[in-house]
Amino acid sequence: MALYSEKVMDHFRNPRNVGVIEDANGIGEVGNAKCGDIMKMYLKIEDDIIKDVKFETFGCGSAIASSSMATELIKGKPVADAMKLTNEAVAEALDGLPDYKMHCSVLAEEAIKNALDDYHKRCEEQQ
Amino acid sequence: MIYADNAATTKMSDKAIETMVSLMKENYGNPSSLYEFGQKSKEVLEEARAKVANAIGANPKEIYFTSGGSESDNQAINSAAKAGALAGKKHIISSAFEHHAVLHTLNKLKKEGFEITLLDVHENGLIDPKEVEDAIREDTCLVTIMFANNEIGTIEPIREIGEVCKKHGIPFHTDAVQAIGHIPVNVVDDNIDMLSASAHKFHGPKGVGFLYVRKGVRLFNLIEGGAQEKGKRAGTENVPGIAAMAVALEDAVANLDTYGKAVTAKRNRLIEGISEISHSALNGDAVKRLPGNVNFCFEGIEGESILLLLDDKGIAASSGSACTSGSLDPSHVLLAIGRVHDVAHGSLRLTIDERTTDEEVETIITSVKEVVEYLRGFSPVWRDLISGKREFIL
Repeated sequence: MALYSEKVMDHFRNPRNVGVIEDANGIGEVGNAKCGDIMKMYLKIEDDIIKDVKFETFGCGSAIASSSMATELIKGKPVADAMKLTNEAVAEALDGLPDYKMHCSVLAEEAIKNALDDYHKRCEEQQ
Repeated sequence: MIYADNAATTKMSDKAIETMVSLMKENYGNPSSLYEFGQKSKEVLEEARAKVANAIGANPKEIYFTSGGSESDNQAINSAAKAGALAGKKHIISSAFEHHAVLHTLNKLKKEGFEITLLDVHENGLIDPKEVEDAIREDTCLVTIMFANNEIGTIEPIREIGEVCKKHGIPFHTDAVQAIGHIPVNVVDDNIDMLSASAHKFHGPKGVGFLYVRKGVRLFNLIEGGAQEKGKRAGTENVPGIAAMAVALEDAVANLDTYGKAVTAKRNRLIEGISEISHSALNGDAVKRLPGNVNFCFEGIEGESILLLLDDKGIAASSGSACTSGSLDPSHVLLAIGRVHDVAHGSLRLTIDERTTDEEVETIITSVKEVVEYLRGFSPVWRDLISGKREFIL
């Protein structure tokens, strides 16, 4: 049996939404290099809708796949929906992760929440 | 597939397979049985013992067959500890980057009241015999230092360390799992009292190994039961496996010179090619290393991702990344030579052998370059490094 599901390998081999959004209005970064995982999420939000999302990840196969899947799950969705994203939903969409890799899906959830917090903070500052 | 993980395990030689299969089919007698059919197995067993002994310069009576490197390490260390405790000596000297079969055994002994000194292995992964001597105390009952490291391939000054131990009358054990069949080992010249080896690292079968114990060194059992192996290791002997190990070892040792020269040349080409990648570093001494071992750290990326992408390109390799082990910490070996966590996560071990072709070496170099560049392309750590937000370590 392979280490990861086909879904995980697909998102690892062909990650969706990789890169940087230069004019992002919400940026989140979680993890640290010491632990071997860093995820950075860039959001472009217009009219409370996530118009675009991109990510950069330093980490293992499941960290890269989790980032990719998380961006897919929130792209085009209202901010309120994205706020409800859970790590379980990310893992489930990937057809599961090995137990000791579940923390990768947690990081993906946190990276997105972090970016949304940044967006809300920027909105407050503008008002 | 390009197999570049020979330190994990090797392909069995045809001769070892044939030996094993023929014995399983035709000679299944128990060597402890007194009838002719059983005694035939006993003969096979003793022939194998003579071959193994000859390969390392030992006497056949000093060879004990085991299930492999881990068991041999466990028995040697626990036995020396028991002998030490009986004499009121409870101090053991080892190194920080031993195999877990040694380190975890030492940890267990520590909980039982032994004091363990783990020597520094320095940036190049080499232990200083002078430091071994300095660490020796009145109550030291064992020095256990690996012959060659399983991750970074550094070859330790075993002869010199053995000499120090001899001078002070302290038993010296070496985990030679990675060395046997790859570089010359002679237990007499190298001043070794106990040595562990594993067949599957030199084209023999898995689940078979041996422990060499110099005549006069006390040996206690790990496994109790029947009188096999002079009562020191109970359990019906794995005769086909043992015989296969002996022929594999005999061949490996007979070809050591050609193997060493050919594989070292390929290894050096690999090191040269991979060194062209910016912000990378070879782990372990460049010269005092096993013929087939290449181990690098790459800044800004993580090891498991490297392995998965190399696997997609048909290359089987290994990494000291935490993610490959299921723990949060990267390889204790890389940390022991002073690599910080950030960099130790991005390691790659390639271990080639005589079967690796020049063409495969070039494919590996090209593939590693592509994979590292690709992963750095979307690594936030790499972005911070090249934009100056984070300082390069390598």
